[in-house]
Amino acid sequence: MKHTVSLSLFLALLWWVLSGYPKPLLLGLGAVTVIFTVWLAHRLDVIDHESHPIHFSWPLLRFWTRLLVEIARSSIQVLGQILRGQSAIQPKFLHVKTQQHSALGRVILGNAITLTPGTVTVLTNGGEFVVHALSKESAKSVEDGELDALIPQDVEGERV
Amino acid sequence: MSGLESTGSTTADLIAGALMALGALLVLLGSIGINRFPHFYSRLHAAGVIDTLASGVFLLGVGVFFGVGLVSVKLLLIFVFLLFTSPTACHALARAAFISGLRDDSRRADANTSEAIITKADNA
Repeated sequence: MKHTVSLSLFLALLWWVLSGYPKPLLLGLGAVTVIFTVWLAHRLDVIDHESHPIHFSWPLLRFWTRLLVEIARSSIQVLGQILRGQSAIQPKFLHVKTQQHSALGRVILGNAITLTPGTVTVLTNGGEFVVHALSKESAKSVEDGELDALIPQDVEGERV
Repeated sequence: MSGLESTGSTTADLIAGALMALGALLVLLGSIGINRFPHFYSRLHAAGVIDTLASGVFLLGVGVFFGVGLVSVKLLLIFVFLLFTSPTACHALARAAFISGLRDDSRRADANTSEAIITKADNA
C-alpha cells in the first residue's frame, strides 16, 4: 500500500515537473493520467520494493557520490589512453567474485562497473562476474572491489 | 529562465559555454577513441566516456545556462535516466558479443575459462 501511495506522489510530481503549467485543465489531465498509470501498474502487479524502492539510506547516497567520483576519475584515465593510442591499453577479461547476496545488490554492482569507463560487466553467473577491462589500472579497480564494499548490505530485494 | 532574456554575456553564460564546449570536446575524444582502439570490447570503453562524462559535463553546462528551475530539474532527470539506460545497453552489447563467441586479443589466455563459464550458465 505504501508503495502505491509513494508511486502516485512520485508520478504526480513528475507530471508537474515535466509540464510546469498550473492550469486546471492540464492538472486535471495529469490527475487522470496518474490514476490510470497506477491502476495499470497495480493490475500488472509490478508495484513492489524492487520496481519502486522507497527505502532511503545514507550509505546508498555515499555509494552514489563515490560512484560519480570514480566515473570522473576513470573517464580521465580512459581519455589519456585514447590520446596515447593502442600501446596504452591491455584489454583482458577478468573473473570477479562479488560480496552481494541480493539480486538488486548485484544489479547495482554490475551497473556501476559498466558505468565506470574502462570496465564493462559482460556476464554474470551467480556471485561471479565476467568483466572486461581496458587496462591494468581499470582491472585493478574492479579486482580491489571498492565499489562492491560500498554497496549497502541492506538494499531491499530477493536474496539469492 | 534567466538565460533566455539575458542579452550580454554574463559570468554564468561564460561558464555554461565553457562547460558545453568541454562536453563537445569530450564527445570528439570519445569518437576518436572508438575509431582508434582495436577490437569490439576496447571500443565499447571509449563509447562509455561519451555516455557518462561527456553527457554529464554538457548537461551541467546547459543547466548553468538556464539557472535553477524547472529546466534544470528536467536536465537532472535526463542525466539520471542516462545513468540507468546507457550501462544497460552497453552490457547488452557486450553480453551478446561474448555469447556469440567473440573474444579479443586475450583469446589464448581466457578461452578455456570463459567457455567453462558459458557452459555452466547454459546448464543452470
